[in-house]
Amino acid sequence: MSQHAANGFASRVKVLNLDNMNPNVRKVEYAVRGAIVQRALQIEKELKEGVKKPFTEVIKANIGDAHAMGQKPITFLRQVLALCTYPDLLEDNKFPEDAKQRARRILDACGGQSIGAYSTSQGIECIRQDVARYIEKRDGGIPSNPDNIYLSTGASDAIVTVLKLLVCGEGRDRTGVMISIPQYPLYSAALADLAAVQINYYLDEDKCWSLDIAELKRAVNAARQYCNPRVICIINPGNPTGQVQSRQCIEDVIRFAEEEHLFLMADEVYQDNVYAEGCKFHSFKRVLFEMGPKYSTTVEMASFHSTSKCYMGECGFRGGYMEVINMDPEVKAQLTKIVSVHLCPPVPGQALLDMVVNPPQPDEPSYNTFMKERTAVLADLAEKAGLTEQIFNTVPGITCNPVQGAMYTFPRIALPQKAIDKAKEEGLVPDMFYCMKLLEEEGICLVPGSGFGQREGTFHFRMTILPPTEKLKIVLQKISEFHIRFTREFS
Amino acid sequence: MKQFQHAVLARRANQIKEELRQGMRKPYKELIDVCMGDPHRAGVKPLTFVRQVLAACLYPQLVDSDKLPEDVRQRAQMLLQACDGGSVGSYTATGGISQIVHRISEFITRRDGGAPSHPEHIYISPGSQWALMNILNVLVNSEASPRTGVLTPMPCYSTSNLSMIGLGAVAVPYSLCEEQGWELQVEELHRALKSAKGVCKPVALYVINPGNPTGHVQSRKSMQEVIRFVSEKRLFLLADEVYQDCVYGEKSEFVSYKRVLSEMGPPLSDTVELASFHSASKGFMGECGLRGGYVELVNLDPAVMKYIHTLFSRDSCAPVLGQFALDLLTNPPQPGDPSYPLYSEEIQHIQATMVHNVKRVFEVVNSLPGICCQPVEGGGFGFPRLHLPPKAIQKAKEMGMQPDVFYCIKLLEEAGVFVSPGCEYEPKEGTYHFRFCIMVPGDVMEDLLRRLSSFHTQFMKEFS
Repeated sequence: MSQHAANGFASRVKVLNLDNMNPNVRKVEYAVRGAIVQRALQIEKELKEGVKKPFTEVIKANIGDAHAMGQKPITFLRQVLALCTYPDLLEDNKFPEDAKQRARRILDACGGQSIGAYSTSQGIECIRQDVARYIEKRDGGIPSNPDNIYLSTGASDAIVTVLKLLVCGEGRDRTGVMISIPQYPLYSAALADLAAVQINYYLDEDKCWSLDIAELKRAVNAARQYCNPRVICIINPGNPTGQVQSRQCIEDVIRFAEEEHLFLMADEVYQDNVYAEGCKFHSFKRVLFEMGPKYSTTVEMASFHSTSKCYMGECGFRGGYMEVINMDPEVKAQLTKIVSVHLCPPVPGQALLDMVVNPPQPDEPSYNTFMKERTAVLADLAEKAGLTEQIFNTVPGITCNPVQGAMYTFPRIALPQKAIDKAKEEGLVPDMFYCMKLLEEEGICLVPGSGFGQREGTFHFRMTILPPTEKLKIVLQKISEFHIRFTREFS
Repeated sequence: MKQFQHAVLARRANQIKEELRQGMRKPYKELIDVCMGDPHRAGVKPLTFVRQVLAACLYPQLVDSDKLPEDVRQRAQMLLQACDGGSVGSYTATGGISQIVHRISEFITRRDGGAPSHPEHIYISPGSQWALMNILNVLVNSEASPRTGVLTPMPCYSTSNLSMIGLGAVAVPYSLCEEQGWELQVEELHRALKSAKGVCKPVALYVINPGNPTGHVQSRKSMQEVIRFVSEKRLFLLADEVYQDCVYGEKSEFVSYKRVLSEMGPPLSDTVELASFHSASKGFMGECGLRGGYVELVNLDPAVMKYIHTLFSRDSCAPVLGQFALDLLTNPPQPGDPSYPLYSEEIQHIQATMVHNVKRVFEVVNSLPGICCQPVEGGGFGFPRLHLPPKAIQKAKEMGMQPDVFYCIKLLEEAGVFVSPGCEYEPKEGTYHFRFCIMVPGDVMEDLLRRLSSFHTQFMKEFS
């Protein structure tokens, strides 16, 4: 190889580089696992290597991961999964009969009686049947067809799949997707990736993050100038905001979707996480059908659920499903084709989901323990939700709406102008600057509100309410003290 | 149209399974379902060590019980300690649990004769196809004009093709040479690339080694030619190596693209951009349902890597059990470990069965008129070629079907053998094949070959 040729190689431009890579991917961001988390991981590494810091551990209150924060798995769920994984345990009398029965049923539905076999892309049929029955029971008997149920690799997978299906068109005809501000950044990431038009509708912070139809109308009308609005996404209970929508509000949204001819995506993964007095989860499907045939036969909808949240908190299994309502059969055929490229959702996640929709009944041996564990988890979360709101609201400069549901608090923080200027100097948005400083000084990792979207000129952070109560109290105290210190430093 | 026909076949197979379950009389007692590359479905047993470790991780009470061997308990303990909160229910880091990613990296280095591997360049995903999709997503600009092209083998694994098309890429087929055992010939790569002029802008070359559906195992020489080709033509190399543990031919040996690249030395080893894919779905483990795969990225632009990381982060993380499966794949029991004797026995049995299966496939299929197949050197499938009589082709056309679909439907109905028609794999025009999984127990293979022989003989008679 001549020197000249070798030099040619050394200075050559990469085959895949910033200029020729998919430009849409360059716009994708996902704050929940973004820059601040990378820094947190780096700090953790430094701590492990013995570097001295003002704290001994990094508390990762950035991600809705209950088990990571010490929440225990539900015994029954894990027993069934262990039995499915290593069927020799079916001979072990330490496992209860109801767990064994469910394991046998699942294994019978698996190819070669193994959870290692592929399932159909849509998910194991008997599990989809169980999901449909669960939905019917939850929704007061409104029928659910297993053919409309698609099991998925977490709810996120199903959400991205539906968006892929819905986004089309060019220029002014490009699909517009309405999403709440603040929103869970999976949506904005998916929309960027698909080069869809993101249509923001603002939740009302002063009214407990409630949704206002006038605001929806404003947003959609403005959007019609430059795109083709076809979808509205709503997260209920809300992430990051934690609001639980009233029944009236849900009816209004359905009416809006019908009037504006929009596909409704209802992200309901936190449906069991409802804490506030007077708040109740109403499924979009149930409300839709109770509004009568004008809506129930016409509004096209997909609702999403997951095994990652609620009382299970089994994020690592990547289990979830969606139910599609009133979807055009030809579009549904395309949907079935799209899901086939992922082959199938993880079978253990499917099995786990089956347990969630098919839990121990009152007459079964595992019932008491199961209910005790489930109740304890949800009660614990409710207590922490109340505690969080209470403590943050005692701090001047932090305003915290009630955490009605889900797993997060999204308080508003008042930042002095000097801090905003300093942030700008350092090339950071102000709430990122705030959160980075908190991370460096206290070892607490939060996600800045800018990662979720917020009204111009306002700043927030999202914190999970998941650390164990005693630790949570300490975290709340440290953040409160930090905020006061920060405000003083930049006044 | 082709997707529709496969769906018809799959639907009929399900119906037949149901009919058999309800006791309907048929010329066979059960369906032999060898449509997918799914060993467990066909009756191959999971590895005991793998399932014991996973069960103990799911239900840690088992870690303390003495019902499980010591090495199982130790491994479960190690894996659980690597999880946040000690639970398989926690999310993990985007690319996978750090300890596991490191161990995969060490495995790669061992496998590749010492070629260094960087953990930061490895991403664990829910199956290898998921990672392939993400990499393709970065490569393919769906709004570009001319459109992005990817050179793909002909025939090609259908799911990969579907992913590329879904992302808006143009598949640029390069024909594998059936007469030479489905060999990849570099002249054909050149021809394919030329054919793309004015049609699309090729950015990548997709290679499957060992081949799917072909079963060909590439020679080192061939791989060197491919590497020189992608370097010269400035293409990104996508190496799908999920069948690397499935090698049967006596003269065949799997060597990874990374290793060949590394051995070719600089400047190629420092500049050729490569993504290689592996999975826990195939090989001896056959754990398709756990969805554990990974991609190793070599020589990529660090700026682009940042965006790849963000893309993977949006998917949160791969299922933890799938990640564990990869740890077990890359770090199996060693001689001296309590589980080693059983583990060794199990994998030797599987290997011997596969070697025997492909030998039998070659013998039986090639003894029948109007059908032949190349030696299956590796991979998961047999891919026989059908030389259909004109009457059969005519009948198929009358019924509005591809001829190989027609054959497969009849094979399903009359013999209870469910295979997938060759047209799904985009083979050369005017050729007919079908694909069936050879990762099956020995007695299932014998039954399959018996039914196939009998059906095929009857078919040829009927349409002669």
